[in-house]
Amino acid sequence: MSQYVVETRDLTKVYNGLVAVDHLNLRVREGEVFGVLGPNGSGKTTTILMLLGLTEPAEGEVRVLGFDPVRQPLSVKARVGYLPDQVGFYDEMTARENLIYIAKLNGIPRGEAYRRIDEALERMGLAHVADKPVGTFSRGMKQRLGLAEILVKQPRLIILDEPTQGLDPEAAREFLDIIRDLKREGISVLLASHLLYQVQAVCDRVGLFHQGKMVLEGTVQELARKVLGGGYRVRIEAEGAQEKLIQALRGLRDVLEVTSVDESTYELLAQSDVRPDAAKAIVEAGGRLRSLELDEPNLDEIYARYFQEVRDERASVAA
Amino acid sequence: MSVQALPRERGREGSPWTGMWAVIAKEMADNLTSARMHILELLIALTAVGAVYGAIQSILETVEQDPFLFLKLFTVGRDPLPAFVGFLGFLVPLVAIALGFDAVNGEFNRRTMSRLLAQPIYRDALLFGKFLAGFFTLALVLTSIWLLIIGLGIVRLGLPPGGEEVARALWFLVATIFYGGIWLALAMVFSITFRQPATAALASIAVWLFFTAFWGMIASVLAQTLRPIRFGFPEEILAQAQLELMLSRLSPNALYAEVALAILHPTVRALGLVLPIQLSGAILGTPLPLRQSLLLIWPQMTGLVAATILLFAVGYVLFQRQEIRA
Repeated sequence: MSQYVVETRDLTKVYNGLVAVDHLNLRVREGEVFGVLGPNGSGKTTTILMLLGLTEPAEGEVRVLGFDPVRQPLSVKARVGYLPDQVGFYDEMTARENLIYIAKLNGIPRGEAYRRIDEALERMGLAHVADKPVGTFSRGMKQRLGLAEILVKQPRLIILDEPTQGLDPEAAREFLDIIRDLKREGISVLLASHLLYQVQAVCDRVGLFHQGKMVLEGTVQELARKVLGGGYRVRIEAEGAQEKLIQALRGLRDVLEVTSVDESTYELLAQSDVRPDAAKAIVEAGGRLRSLELDEPNLDEIYARYFQEVRDERASVAA
Repeated sequence: MSVQALPRERGREGSPWTGMWAVIAKEMADNLTSARMHILELLIALTAVGAVYGAIQSILETVEQDPFLFLKLFTVGRDPLPAFVGFLGFLVPLVAIALGFDAVNGEFNRRTMSRLLAQPIYRDALLFGKFLAGFFTLALVLTSIWLLIIGLGIVRLGLPPGGEEVARALWFLVATIFYGGIWLALAMVFSITFRQPATAALASIAVWLFFTAFWGMIASVLAQTLRPIRFGFPEEILAQAQLELMLSRLSPNALYAEVALAILHPTVRALGLVLPIQLSGAILGTPLPLRQSLLLIWPQMTGLVAATILLFAVGYVLFQRQEIRA
């Protein structure tokens, strides 16, 4: 088997004449957390449904864990855990009963199922409410119950669709911690989201979706380099003659751009981490260095920048 | 590349029944514990006891000999109560619709559908499971009522039912269950078609009302238009009556009523039109043997079962084609 847990080739889906997914080539490596990023309606959920064999592709090939979801949906679904966006449960049943039903559908023997369910509920911090009806649960608890359900299946790949949507920041942070834990256990994760900072926080690699296509792919850093031209943004606070300082900073290697934000603040855009050189340059130019900060490349900016470019291109084509 | 190196199997892997029993067990537990069903069960039990009590009073008052006393428990009414068969004619559809109208759209609305189908089961298992769970629930409720009636009869009348009576009553039970099956399948079709359970319930009830209240009139009007009586020949009258009968039998209510009539009244020897010439040599008022009564209702029974299967098949096709994403 290949080292890819998910592999698609020219995957296409058309809904009522509208192309939802357009010749998508997606690859997720074994053991990585892959972030699928895109605005609503960019084809994320449709792609996920095709990976699970829940909807049939119009064109193209899919392999999930080496299986074809169209022909071998049971093999795929037995090994992949899926948390849909806005997950729902049977409100009148308890958390444990909900999980027992899923375990039965998976054909897990009773004793084994009960053991796994206890474990999963414990791990998700739901042991104390295991026998309460799910109707009384908060949004965050339901999300965690969704993850508990996935753990009961002991999957090799987990697909999460907008898992932190509607969660308060604290709950979202906890949820992301859990995803990191799963990764540590060697489970591959595919995470779809439109919330950039979360994808950025947990994902090894990211694919940027736009109108059914994956327009960019790579690590957060790589994306930054591709879209912003340079991945490193250094913020400098220093006192001294402005002209002289800017001159000195511009002279540094790998520095692409220097802008002064106000009297004593400067922003550098660079292709590498130029902090040591910048510090030296400022001191040598007679400046008094107050602070030197590296801004991690931000997906928000990548995003904004990318779609800005797309719009510009369109505008120029239209003109 | 690995994508193409993998062998392509024909058809889909595994059995469509995987997980069906898990679905049946869960759905039946839901059905039997829901408040909705408790209300309906109570309603049926009360009408059963009321109607049968009335029937027993009537039976005790008559002195004439009847070898089929137990069947009268179902068919005899006492003013102002109608016979139990009459009650069943509208209570069974109500129960069946209550069991089916939110079967599929309920899963969508609770957002459990995609989670369910992400488990290693086919859609077949889910739909079959839901239908069979409803069907079994219906059978369970009706069988308990049936036993309750027989038991009441034994206690109040003070004699055990004969073999033929039990056999006829059992056939009646089977017909009643399939009559319910039609409405269950119909309600499920609507639960697949409409996203709102309320719409599905209303649509099911509308169809039921249509067949109960209006279809008889429509059949009559249609027969008069399509086979008008111009010259008053007997052939014309006969043709019109036959067309009207045929049209009216498109309604499951009519089929069920005919089955109930023939199986619970052993003296009924024909359903529909009988010409005097066909009765020559018949000893009127004598009961038919069970086999002959069965022969009489066989087309109607087949119709009830076939309609159930057909409606389920329609729902099945619709459900298979449905996109999981709304």
